[in-house]
Amino acid sequence: MRRVARLILHRLAASVPCLAIILVVLFLLLRLAPGDAVDALLAQMGSGDGALDKLLRDHYGLHGSTTTQLLAYLARLLRLDLGVSVQYAQPVLDVILSRLPLTVLLMVSALSLSFFLGSVVGIVAARRAGQWPDTLISTLGLLFYATPSFWFGLMGILLFSVKLSVLPSGGIEDLAAGYTGWRRVLDIAVHMVLPTLTLALIYFAVYLRVMRASMLEVLTVDFVRTARAKGATESVVLVRHVLRNALLPLITILGLQAGSMLGGAVVVESVFSLPGLGRLALDAVSGRDLNMLLGIVLMSAGLVIAINLTVDLLYAKLDPRITAG
Amino acid sequence: MDTFSPDRRTALIGGAALAAGPLLPRTAFAQGEPRRGGTLVAQTYSDLRILNPAIRTSFAIHVFTSKMVEPLVDLAPNGEPAPRLATSWSWSPDARTIMFKLREGVLWHDGKPFTSADVQFCAMEMWRKFQNFGTQLHRNLVGVDTPDPLTAVFRYSEPMPRGLFLRALAELGQVVPRHVYQGTDILNNPANLAPVGTGPFKFVSYTPGQHLVMERNPNYWMAGFPYLDRLVIRVIPDGAATAAALESGDIMMSLFSSLPRTELVRLAKDKRFRVGTRGNEGNPLFNTIGFNTRKKELADVRVRRAFAHAIDLESYAKRFDYGYSQPAQGPWPANTPFFQAGVPSYAFDPKKAEVLLDQAGFPRGADGVRMRLRIMPNTSESIRQLAVYVQQSMQKVGVRMENVVLDAPGYNKNVNREWDFDVATDTGTFRGDPAVGSTIWYRSGIAPGTPWSNQFGWKNEELDKLADAAAVESNFDKRKAMYNRIAVIANTEIPVWMALEQRMVSAVNARVRNDHNMPRWPASSWHDVWIAA
Repeated sequence: MRRVARLILHRLAASVPCLAIILVVLFLLLRLAPGDAVDALLAQMGSGDGALDKLLRDHYGLHGSTTTQLLAYLARLLRLDLGVSVQYAQPVLDVILSRLPLTVLLMVSALSLSFFLGSVVGIVAARRAGQWPDTLISTLGLLFYATPSFWFGLMGILLFSVKLSVLPSGGIEDLAAGYTGWRRVLDIAVHMVLPTLTLALIYFAVYLRVMRASMLEVLTVDFVRTARAKGATESVVLVRHVLRNALLPLITILGLQAGSMLGGAVVVESVFSLPGLGRLALDAVSGRDLNMLLGIVLMSAGLVIAINLTVDLLYAKLDPRITAG
Repeated sequence: MDTFSPDRRTALIGGAALAAGPLLPRTAFAQGEPRRGGTLVAQTYSDLRILNPAIRTSFAIHVFTSKMVEPLVDLAPNGEPAPRLATSWSWSPDARTIMFKLREGVLWHDGKPFTSADVQFCAMEMWRKFQNFGTQLHRNLVGVDTPDPLTAVFRYSEPMPRGLFLRALAELGQVVPRHVYQGTDILNNPANLAPVGTGPFKFVSYTPGQHLVMERNPNYWMAGFPYLDRLVIRVIPDGAATAAALESGDIMMSLFSSLPRTELVRLAKDKRFRVGTRGNEGNPLFNTIGFNTRKKELADVRVRRAFAHAIDLESYAKRFDYGYSQPAQGPWPANTPFFQAGVPSYAFDPKKAEVLLDQAGFPRGADGVRMRLRIMPNTSESIRQLAVYVQQSMQKVGVRMENVVLDAPGYNKNVNREWDFDVATDTGTFRGDPAVGSTIWYRSGIAPGTPWSNQFGWKNEELDKLADAAAVESNFDKRKAMYNRIAVIANTEIPVWMALEQRMVSAVNARVRNDHNMPRWPASSWHDVWIAA
């Protein structure tokens, strides 16, 4: 237990300077881009005048040098205040919290689906290495990996929504029907099918390939021969000896991909018009909504840190030789 | 809620069958008696994340709010001012005092009565202080008197032209309740995201950037309306996603040309949908090509005219806009009372363009290039396409242009705020009357930082005087004569060229009825819309 606590503390301490650097660099990058949040607001309005321009800049505190603004932001952050979004005219935290559940739902379901399917299919491919099922699986995997996700999304909409009318074309729920209770949960689940599949397909291919390679490697190691020699059945050998060892690289990739998934989510959220963090981040950039963007980065960095921590803990569980280090 | 179609996928199939109706002899069935109930889901591509039209006005806001919050004056199907919250109006002989009689028995959605005090509060505390265009329109507003709860008297220090004011009120005259806003921080009032109005639909929920849900107002003052139970406006920025949603029946209409031209052309051939510009006549817009006359090359009117001669807009409108745009004739759109045929125009003639450029003192150099300029398009896809067309057309007459593509804030800063551009292609909206948002494109002395005004560093004293005089001229014929003259000057000098005139295109599921039946329909109340079985 103490070992675990130390690991967590150690990781959290290491993430603080990392977060600070990310925030400062992002702040400067967005300040380097031409125009500010009020320019974006006026552009959306399609009109305005000098007085409104000044009124809004005063209102959102956009005067002052980059350094003063950065220091003011960091000072607010220390008080756990993420500030107000110019685009939404609401506290950043409120907007992010309203969007977070969807992104987490999308990420978790896509990650688990691709992890599970990728592992299973990878094992099958490894068992039949060099035979036709392996060739078929590997070719399909490569195809999925090489295809851009938005194309899958659009083709999915075209087939299942426009042609077959079995799945909705986008959105998080059927607003027209106004469902409540379990009917609403079911409705949301139905709306998540295509986005989850789209996001999961690419990662599926990665897991499949890593799992296959990893299995093939472990199958040749001495302890597998020992296990077979002592008379363990094939399934026991596979599950208790090979799989447990082959999972390690897979878990590593899981941790890495959790971070990159937010990027994938931007595309999927756009194609399926879903109200998630990815789209919010994209809008924050094009709206020069500094508070909002930094808030999202903080939040997703937190998510990534948490996931990687979990991965580290899983390592220790799978392989007792690994310690907090 | 959805009383007529428990399963909308089944309903869609039914809709597809019915859409063939107009081809059959029994078309009366399709028109028929209005049907009550049902939900309409409409799509638009952007959302300003604020729902108070009394402080922030734009078509992108009105499409959300006009169902809940009503203006004093509306536009009738023929485009003439029509009563809404005001039932009648009268002008004093000096045109400085305007009296509105207000509708009796109108209730706010929270049950309190609507009175002249609400009108007074909006005019003095919101329109005049915060509202874009409103600050300009009401700059001479001295006060609003409320002799009784159903009379509001506006007093101005300068004459207020009748046509200008009434037309402007359809866009700028939305009334929100005083009791919700009085004594609060107006810009941060929560009702800005959850409006209380008098309209046919009541606010239910709003997720900024995503969707707005409304339900019928059972106490609406127009008895028997609205027909729909529920109304949803969804924000889908992606054109392909919008087309899929329309085809799958997830949305029943797509507004404001959200769909790519190619999709519009495809859907227009599909019997399940109606595609067209009808109902968008009140929202005409221009594709503009603006010249920074502070640059020595562009200060010469011959160079600007060379641009006009070198670009084949006729062909562009046909090939790239699929006929949804046409070459414009001056700064006032066709079908508006100010339109004037016969303003100076520029036929496509690249040879003449070359002669003009030679005369202006810009001969082709050894590499065949006369001058190098930058062109900056705004963020719209079609405007960016136009910029490329301008670039390629000018290349042929020896003007080498670099296409500088920025996002919205970058464009606004470079072009509108800091005037750091050579040529800019943009969108110009005509807002009912030249005095509301059009003459500021030409008038000199506009405060720096005012977007979509005279960014071009151009000054013409005659036009300045005409623009000021016309804004306070109460005789319509005299006003029109002044605007004719402005149109002639504008098209002779072309500091900014109103190149193409566009209409917004809507795509609608054929089951929807009574839609697009007035000139600014997407921004109207939708009280009479219904959905056929």
